[in-house]
Amino acid sequence: MQREVICIQCPRGCLLNVEFDEVKILAVHGNRCRRGIGYAEEEIYHPTRTLTTTVRVRGGVYAVIPVKTIKPIPKERIGQAMQEISSLIVSAPIESGQVIIKDLVGLGIAVIATRRLTEAN
Amino acid sequence: MQKRKVDLVVIGGGPAGLAAALAADEEKVQNIVLIERDIELGGILHQCIHNGFGLHYFGEELTGPEYAQRFIDWVAETKIEIKTNTMVLEIAAKGQEKWVYAVNRTDGMVIYQTKAVVLAMGCRERTREAIRIPGSRPAGIFTAGTVQRYINIEGYLPGKKVLILGSGDIGLIMARRMTLEGSQVLGVLEIMPYSNGLTRNIVQCLEDYQIPLLLSHTVVQIHGFERIEGVTIARVDANLVPIPGTERYQAVDTLLLSVGLIPENELTRMAEIGLDKVTGGALVNQNRETSIPGIFACGNVLQVHDLVDYVTEEANLAGRAAARYIDSQRVQGEQIEISPGNNVRYVIPQKIQEPITDPIDFYFRVTEPMSVGEIQFWVGKEEIYRTKKKFLKPAEMIRITVSFTNWEKMIQVGKLSVVIKEVS
Repeated sequence: MQREVICIQCPRGCLLNVEFDEVKILAVHGNRCRRGIGYAEEEIYHPTRTLTTTVRVRGGVYAVIPVKTIKPIPKERIGQAMQEISSLIVSAPIESGQVIIKDLVGLGIAVIATRRLTEAN
Repeated sequence: MQKRKVDLVVIGGGPAGLAAALAADEEKVQNIVLIERDIELGGILHQCIHNGFGLHYFGEELTGPEYAQRFIDWVAETKIEIKTNTMVLEIAAKGQEKWVYAVNRTDGMVIYQTKAVVLAMGCRERTREAIRIPGSRPAGIFTAGTVQRYINIEGYLPGKKVLILGSGDIGLIMARRMTLEGSQVLGVLEIMPYSNGLTRNIVQCLEDYQIPLLLSHTVVQIHGFERIEGVTIARVDANLVPIPGTERYQAVDTLLLSVGLIPENELTRMAEIGLDKVTGGALVNQNRETSIPGIFACGNVLQVHDLVDYVTEEANLAGRAAARYIDSQRVQGEQIEISPGNNVRYVIPQKIQEPITDPIDFYFRVTEPMSVGEIQFWVGKEEIYRTKKKFLKPAEMIRITVSFTNWEKMIQVGKLSVVIKEVS
């Protein structure tokens, strides 16, 4: 199989042409340093992203509060994660760092608030 | 009307104002007032809920609100007086005296007589009017930052079928954000032949969600009466002029604009502080001191930065310099003018002024992408400094620190020019 991946390890942004099979990378073309190979492997087999989004709030000065996953989650679980997060409503006040979801879509990864939100007067 | 005497007024409680006030406090400035028009400190960072902030300054990846909170907590531990919900109406200066006129609901109008001022008002977005898109004027056309606020703070999703004009970072971030919230983002158009955003945003915001980036494209017509119904897009030529015959119609219910930021300098202009036509911000020396001694500027009100980390650094510099000024009330001395030469869009600072501090940080941008560029500093006909940099892009600010050895000569000539030569 073959795929193009833009490396984001540095501002250069090499366009990598990656040849791979089910289990391993066969060749990487277009990388101008070694880091491109590791990046290609991660991106092909286990792409992960930190998910940042918002959760609805009851009784806060604002209607939503920003949250993030405490660790990057597998890219293919982002859609499912968004569904779980957007079905939630939390109550103000909320502290920054407060756990909003303990175990996001069974990944064992928590979702925390990234700001403090006080109650509306 | 109240009149108060203070040592320092910082205008704007975003990342620049917070860091400047903290830096001045650390230097033992006594009466500092930090004025913010919003209901809370933190500025635009509160709506930048994505991560990637702080990698440079803290060595860790934070979201915007988390980055802001660190500074808000630090300010809370100091004697810095915070005035939120407060609008500054005017700044005036006469000799050594400076006045800041501010108003809020509880204090009414207050005149602060102050020894120094730090301008940290940030910037605002360019609008449809600024880029003159023809067509009707329906609802559904927003700047990207406005939509960012609607979604991330107010909890509204303003549209379902979206096109984004301009590949600035906020536009890219919003392409991902709206997709996650269930909107269909049809694409991002960029009039230039290269993207205006950071590479990591192109990858993680567009590629991840298969959102097309159309370079050398723009919107030439807006359709719809009450709500936008569609746009006509076209390819542009090398002179950025739409090419006849390349137009096509695209149905949308929302158009986002991410077409640049403008430093918000109404107060600066009123005070008759000199402005740079290219940056839209004040003309400053190496201490970020404007043409009026004792008035400093930092952050996006001075130059639009790509990273908040650099805003913090610049604000630290301005805050410390304000503290030194308050201490000594010194007068600005001889100066060396700095001018952007070939391939350089602008240079901050625009002048170096006695007393000279060393080394000096320079911030500038290249006019066009370049794979390798040689940065040269010239004093008259003599090259006094050179360094090579790779992968230069207009979207990525260049920052270098230089120590000079021959100030006398430089002051004699009075001019320093910065040029970038493409190396093949």
